[in-house]
Amino acid sequence: MTAGALELSHLAQQRIVILDGAMGTMIQEMSLTENDFRGDRFTDASHTLKGDNDILNLSQPEKIEHIHLQYFNAGSDIIQTNTFNATSISQADYGLSHLAKEINVEGARIARSAADKVRAAKGIATFVAGSLGPTNRTASISPNVSDPGARNVTFDKLRDAYLEATLGLIEGGVDIILVETIFDTLNAKAALFAIEQAFDKLDIKLPIMISGTITDLSGRTLSGQTPEAFWNSLRHANPFSVGFNCALGAKDLRPHIAELSRVADVRISAYPNAGLPNEFGGYDEKPEQTACHIAEWAKEGLVNIVGGCCGTTPAHIAAIANSLSGIAPRIVPHLSSQLRLSGLEPFDLRSAL
Amino acid sequence: MTENTGTFVNIGERTNVTGSVRFRKLISEKQYDTALEIARQQVDGGAQILDVNMDEGLLNSEAEMSRYLNLIASEPDISRVPIMIDSSKWSVIEAGLKCLQGKSIVNSISLKEGEEQFLKQARLVHRYGAAMVVMAFDEKGQAETAKRKYEICKRAYDILVKEIDFPPEDIIFDPNIFAVATGIDEHNDYALAFFEGTKLIKQNLPHVHVSGGVSNVSFAFRGNNMVREAMHTCFLYHAIKAGLDMAIVNAGSLPGYQDIPEDLRERIEDVLLNRSQNATDRMLEIAERYRGSTGITKIIDNTWREQTVDERLEHALIHGISDFIEIDVEEARQKYDKPIQVIEIPLMNGMNLVGDLFGAGKMFLPQVVKSARVMKKAVSILLPYIEKQKNEDHHSKGKILMATVNGDVHDIGKNIVGVVLQCNNYQVIDLGVMVSCAKILEVAAKEKVDIIGLSGLITPSLDEMVYVGSEMQRAKLELPLLIGGATTSKMHTAVKIDPTYNGPVVHVTDASRSVGVVQALLSRDRRSAYAKSIRAEYQTMAKKRYISRIDRNRITIGDARSNRSKFEWSNYQPPKPTFEGIKVFDGYPLQELINRIDWQPFFTTWELRGRFPDIIDDPLVGKAARSLWNDAKDMLKQIIDNKWARPRAVIGFWAAKSDMDDIRLTTDNGEFVVHTLRQQIPPRSNRANLALSDYISPNGDDWLGGFTVTAGKEIQERAKNFEEIGDVYNSILLKALADRLAEAFAERLHERVRREFWGYATTEDLSNDSLIAEDYQGIRPAPGYPACPDHTEKRTLFDLLDAEKQVGVNLTKSFAMWPAASVSGWYFSHPSARYFGLGKIDRDQVEDYAQRKGMSTKLIERWLASSLAYDTEKSEIKF
Repeated sequence: MTAGALELSHLAQQRIVILDGAMGTMIQEMSLTENDFRGDRFTDASHTLKGDNDILNLSQPEKIEHIHLQYFNAGSDIIQTNTFNATSISQADYGLSHLAKEINVEGARIARSAADKVRAAKGIATFVAGSLGPTNRTASISPNVSDPGARNVTFDKLRDAYLEATLGLIEGGVDIILVETIFDTLNAKAALFAIEQAFDKLDIKLPIMISGTITDLSGRTLSGQTPEAFWNSLRHANPFSVGFNCALGAKDLRPHIAELSRVADVRISAYPNAGLPNEFGGYDEKPEQTACHIAEWAKEGLVNIVGGCCGTTPAHIAAIANSLSGIAPRIVPHLSSQLRLSGLEPFDLRSAL
Repeated sequence: MTENTGTFVNIGERTNVTGSVRFRKLISEKQYDTALEIARQQVDGGAQILDVNMDEGLLNSEAEMSRYLNLIASEPDISRVPIMIDSSKWSVIEAGLKCLQGKSIVNSISLKEGEEQFLKQARLVHRYGAAMVVMAFDEKGQAETAKRKYEICKRAYDILVKEIDFPPEDIIFDPNIFAVATGIDEHNDYALAFFEGTKLIKQNLPHVHVSGGVSNVSFAFRGNNMVREAMHTCFLYHAIKAGLDMAIVNAGSLPGYQDIPEDLRERIEDVLLNRSQNATDRMLEIAERYRGSTGITKIIDNTWREQTVDERLEHALIHGISDFIEIDVEEARQKYDKPIQVIEIPLMNGMNLVGDLFGAGKMFLPQVVKSARVMKKAVSILLPYIEKQKNEDHHSKGKILMATVNGDVHDIGKNIVGVVLQCNNYQVIDLGVMVSCAKILEVAAKEKVDIIGLSGLITPSLDEMVYVGSEMQRAKLELPLLIGGATTSKMHTAVKIDPTYNGPVVHVTDASRSVGVVQALLSRDRRSAYAKSIRAEYQTMAKKRYISRIDRNRITIGDARSNRSKFEWSNYQPPKPTFEGIKVFDGYPLQELINRIDWQPFFTTWELRGRFPDIIDDPLVGKAARSLWNDAKDMLKQIIDNKWARPRAVIGFWAAKSDMDDIRLTTDNGEFVVHTLRQQIPPRSNRANLALSDYISPNGDDWLGGFTVTAGKEIQERAKNFEEIGDVYNSILLKALADRLAEAFAERLHERVRREFWGYATTEDLSNDSLIAEDYQGIRPAPGYPACPDHTEKRTLFDLLDAEKQVGVNLTKSFAMWPAASVSGWYFSHPSARYFGLGKIDRDQVEDYAQRKGMSTKLIERWLASSLAYDTEKSEIKF
């Protein structure tokens, strides 16, 4: 185990660990122009780059670091790298697939630098989670309704892209690998496979955090799995934590977190949106409201790691951190050893003897 | 949802190109739609894991594996279960692993190419997130003896667990099932070696599972399916005892262990357990006898075929065998001068014998209904030969009109009575369900019927029967009126129906009584005396009841409320459901319901008295009960295989607070009020006067649930098809099973609600018996039944659930549910919630209740007629 991993385990034992909030919302508020996105380096880019938040790691690194610092100041223990879309697959939309590795390396470096500054200044433990997003493709859903067997991405292609990104994140100095906003579990399996390959290659082992997305109130992932089936599919990675983020606000996410908390024998993480989007696509939930819901979960003993996703700001994180003081983290249950299979639904089998 | 803990797992075997010719053909012809249907049938038929195998020389196995698994991924009904990727080629396995988001099982890897290769593949299996089957196969070959099976598995276990940290619970050993009774002496011990090897593995290697492909064992009996299936059942019986956890089987086609003829079973077990010298010879000999049989239930003694044609027809009728009826009827038609004589002489003689045996308690209802089916078939063959004017009217002993009254849809009991009467040579005109009074009177007049029989199951039907009685009086009819059905009673008939009609009114308790009653009522000599004695009996009953009610005490509703159940709400945190609003289930897996069927009421429907399962071995009715049960199980299999049932359900939870006897719900569609009724019995020994609202907190932090489940309209349509071809037996059987499935569905969903959707009893683990004994927290009372007898509250429930639209269950004007095989009710979670009977209530509560509901007192009194402690009119008794 790395020193960072040890320190993180220790912290998670003592209290509920605080993640950061949204990166996209913060970038939006800066109202950057196309020229800002391009910076000095990409003045000749063939595609419009406005909206490619990840490229800012190369064109506006100090702006990204500033956001990370704001979250640390609000009380985050872990910040996520600005690499949600930094795979060769997602960057293809901007014609920047060839920069995927570099974006990850730099994204990790910026976050590392912020974390190290805060640690030096305040003498507190700070962590960087390297973010691996879902990509813009799904390995188990057909893009074409009339050809349900078709796929626009393969497991191998995803795995290769995730391997490249992971190697970049580790090179840039992350403490944790975070597979997040999973809406197709098969994509996540490819990511986890790649992470193991990267660990083998670099002879290192970092803690892995897994965070899925329940896409609507039906309580299933986009690819159709229930929370327990989702967990059965991914528990082989022996992650540091599992949880849900995005799509729902804290109020609606609760039952699914509760379900996961019941079945998962690892730490539980949750970083919901600031409520549901309003008619303009913005988020209206006030920091106190989000914090109030999350404090409720915490009191019920459902969570170990919390933070915010779309629409949350440093103010939300500060409110969450405040509301959790003195509340003990969930105790990770010890579950009996069982063959736990899944399709869209879980199927557990205990040995008959 | 977590299912199947600690029990045997069926793995569907039909999506396998090496095991199924049909599947191989479909894949090689790229008929994927049909190939998907096979997977769907497997899952619907109870496969809990689906085995997929594409190992065929002429196929691009890797591409077909990917293609098929990708297609399955688009079918949520299929992909809800885990997949077993079955191949002897690693490249095919890997292709499969790359298509599955769930946690699957790799089948299989082994030590046959050495440890290095084995560990490399095992590491990859784990990295892909799968479990795996490990064959008892090493560098020297497949293990045949128990000792070697265990040794190879132990070696594999040790290196997997110790060297690469493979989770032992993700290891499934396949200790090789080989064919027995092949004639080669060395093979005689193969099955026993599997049992012994399995035992050693399970005892010594913690957390692992054992699996196997069962069909290998019977390979020597190819082409003799009946013997093969019997062997599979016996093999599983012993293997499961030894510790087998799962097997690749055709789940739908295994006979029950007890159903295998004893002589066959004994010889199969001699072979499997290698316990006699000449076991194989004896097995081959008996197998010949069963060759050509298509299933256990078809084994019959055909010596009766050597008798005369009249005797054969009689035998067919008494035993309910329709296989030869066409030949026999044709032969009889040649023999007799006129076709009608075939009915009059041998068939009628046979049916009279059936009637006598039934009357003497030597035949039972299911057998009689089967006899009727044979009779109907025989008559339908003869009809084209019989001249028009000589139709059966002339020969029947009487014409009986039967109907389920308006607003009610339940007809199983009525159909049974109809069949019994037909068997006794009465002509029955069955008008079906939801029959209006006008229609009954019109047909009665037009057809000049001799008797009218009314049936109903729900309480509002009682009122409708009273109405039909009074209309018969208005029409000045004199013919007898028979009353029957689950909700009817002698008392109600005596007090409410008999006074409305001057003709004879008789309550018939069950089908076996109906013949005697009809005989008496249609006999010129006995009719008048019989009718008089019945009327006198009813009047005495009514009088006694009237007297007993004069001093019947009720307490005031105010006092009853003061004595309500009071819980410490301030110390109580009501459990919160996992969702708010409704959740719909469509095409719910039947396999989950079948094991939860409460068979007791099924046998009661067929008037077989006794406790299930003892009834199966009862010296008197055991034979009939067992045969009925076998038919029921066959029918269940057909229901699954042919997808005759599509169970649907909707459940919902709403924020609730109690307001004395009402429950106020806040929903997205506004506020709803559920009105409950309170017991007004004078309290005894500290008992509270209960209302359902007592179980809901007044603090506004509680929840009420509700549900409607149905076996689906498809099954009703199928039953109708049987009726149309004159197969009354199967029609009644199917409807009775539909009722059982609906009840089992309600039970299953309630269980899931407690454990999963409401989630207040996540650790509950009850056996089927404890479920039936209602040994759990929370209740699900149904509007119209003892705790809340007001059927009109069903409207509120259905509005909350949007049940008509979500699951296609409709309410009749009497609030009966259509399709009939449906169940609905409320869910209460409170730990002290118990089922109770409201008992009779007094006028003060009825008036208060009417006001709360915004209905007239008179209307409420009609709906609550059977729960009133007072009479709405001064006197209704003819002294």
